[in-house]
Amino acid sequence: MNLKHIFNEIEKVDPEVYERLDTRRSAMKQFSGIAGKLALAAVPIALGSMFKKAYGQSNSTLFNILNYALTLEYLEAKFYSNALAAATAGNLAIPTGAPRTAIQTIGAHETAHVAFLKTAITSSGGTAVPEPTFDFSAGNGSNNGPFAAVFTNYALFLAVAQVFEDTGVRAYKGQAAEPALMANNDVLTAALNIHSVEARHASHIRQMRKTNGGLVPAGVDVKPWITLKQSGVDSAAVQASYDGEETTTQATIQIVNINGQTISANAASEAFDEPLTMPQVLAIVDPFIV
Amino acid sequence: MSKIIESGKGFVLPDDKVQQSVSRRKFLGYGAAASALVIGIAACNKDDDNMPSNGINLGSGDAGILNYAYALEQLEAAFYTQVIASPYSGGSVAEMALIKDIRDHEIAHREFFKNALGSGAIQALEPDFSSVNFSSRESVLNTAKAFEDLGVSAYNGAGKLIVKADYLVLAGKIVSVEARHAAYIRDIISNGTFADNTVVDTNGLDKSRTPAEVLTIANTFLKTKVTGSNLPTS
Repeated sequence: MNLKHIFNEIEKVDPEVYERLDTRRSAMKQFSGIAGKLALAAVPIALGSMFKKAYGQSNSTLFNILNYALTLEYLEAKFYSNALAAATAGNLAIPTGAPRTAIQTIGAHETAHVAFLKTAITSSGGTAVPEPTFDFSAGNGSNNGPFAAVFTNYALFLAVAQVFEDTGVRAYKGQAAEPALMANNDVLTAALNIHSVEARHASHIRQMRKTNGGLVPAGVDVKPWITLKQSGVDSAAVQASYDGEETTTQATIQIVNINGQTISANAASEAFDEPLTMPQVLAIVDPFIV
Repeated sequence: MSKIIESGKGFVLPDDKVQQSVSRRKFLGYGAAASALVIGIAACNKDDDNMPSNGINLGSGDAGILNYAYALEQLEAAFYTQVIASPYSGGSVAEMALIKDIRDHEIAHREFFKNALGSGAIQALEPDFSSVNFSSRESVLNTAKAFEDLGVSAYNGAGKLIVKADYLVLAGKIVSVEARHAAYIRDIISNGTFADNTVVDTNGLDKSRTPAEVLTIANTFLKTKVTGSNLPTS
C-alpha cells in the first residue's frame, strides 16, 4: 500500500481529507500521485506529520486512531483465519490439541477486537475503514514476498504471528498517550484492555515457538518477553518490530544494576516493552497490505 | 449481545456495562521531558507520606498513582525473591530460569518507581505471605497467577487516572510485561489458559480494576496496610 492508496482509503471516509491536509488541493493530489515513488521509509513520516496538521484534537483524531487500531486487528484476524483454514485443509501443520486450540483462541480474540472497534467507531458517528486486502507473504501484493510459505510452514507461521503480536503491543502502547485518547477515559481503558490481551497472545506464541524450535540465529532463546532487540526470526524484514526494545534506561533512570540490585541488561530490557509510533507501525505493516 | 452505551463526550463503546462518564481532566505538561519525572513527583508528594492509623496513604494525583504502582511492585518483587530463595520442587530448569527472570523484572520495576518517586516514595512495605506454601509448586504458581492478573488489571484501571502523558507511557511499558508474565504463569499451570475467559471477556478485552478493588486484595498480602483514599477516581 503506498501513500496514494492510503489517501484514497481515507478520502472514502473523510472526503475533506485533502482540504484538511492543505488548502492547495491540487498540490496535495499531485503529491499523493508521486508518493508511490518515494522511499518507503519516508512515506509514513510524511503521512504522520500531515495527519498531525490535518486533524485537531477532536473526535476526528480519535476516529483516526481507532481506524488505525482496526486496520491492525483486521490484519491479525485475517491472518489467523487464513492459518486455521490452511490447517483444516491440511496445508499448514498446526498440531491438533493445544497448539490448534491456542490459535483458535487468539484468532477469536482478534475477530472480537475487529467487531468491538467497528461498533465503537460507527455507533459514535464515525466511519470504520473497510478491511484491506492482505498479502501475508509481505510481498506488497505479489503474494511472493519473504514469507510466501507462511501458510504452509508452521515454524514460519509462528514467527510471523510473534511479530504481529509483539508489534500490536507496541502499536497500542504508542497511542495510549495521544491527547485524543487520554481525553476519553472509556476509549483509553478499552485500548489498554486490548493492549494487555495482545501481550498475553505474544507471550503464548513465543512459548509455542520455543516448544517448536527452529529459532535463529542458532543458540538464541525466545522467552515470553522480549530480550534486547532479538526476534529469533531469520529475516531482517522483521527487525523494525524489535529495534528500540533493547533500551535499559527509563525516564533517564538506568535500570541495569539499579540501586545495587543485580539486574542484567537482558532483564532490564525485558522488564519494559517499548512503544512504536503510528508511522513506524505503518511502515512495518506496509508490505502486508495490498 | 452487548449493549451500546452513550458516554459523556458522545463517544460510544460497545460494552456489557454502563460506562463511566469521561473525565474533564486537563492534560498539563504533555510532552514535557521525561527527566522532569523525578523532580516533579518528589515536589508534589511532600504531604502524602505520613502514616495514618489506617495504614500507609499512597497520596494523591499522579504521585499517588505511581506510589500505587510502587506498592504493587514491592509486593510482587518480595514474592518472587522468596520463591527463588526457597524454590519449590517439581519445576524444570527452564521454568525456574523464567521465574528468576520474572523476579528480576519485578525488582527492576520496584527500584525504578523508588528512584522515580524520590523523596515522595512511600516506605518499604512488609509483606505477609503466610497464606503461601513456598515449598508447593501449586501454591506458588497460583499466587503468582493472582498477582500477575491483579497487576495487569491494576495498571489497566489506573491508566485513565494518570494526568501526565509520560507516566501513562511508563505504565504502558510495564503492564504488557506483567501480561506476558501472567500468560506464562497461567500456561505452566494449565497450558492454553494464557487468556481464558476468566480474564478476557467476549469483546476480547482484559480486565480493569479500580485501586480500591486492587488494594483490598493486595492488603491481604501485606502486614503494612496501604490505603488509596486520596487517589483520583476518574
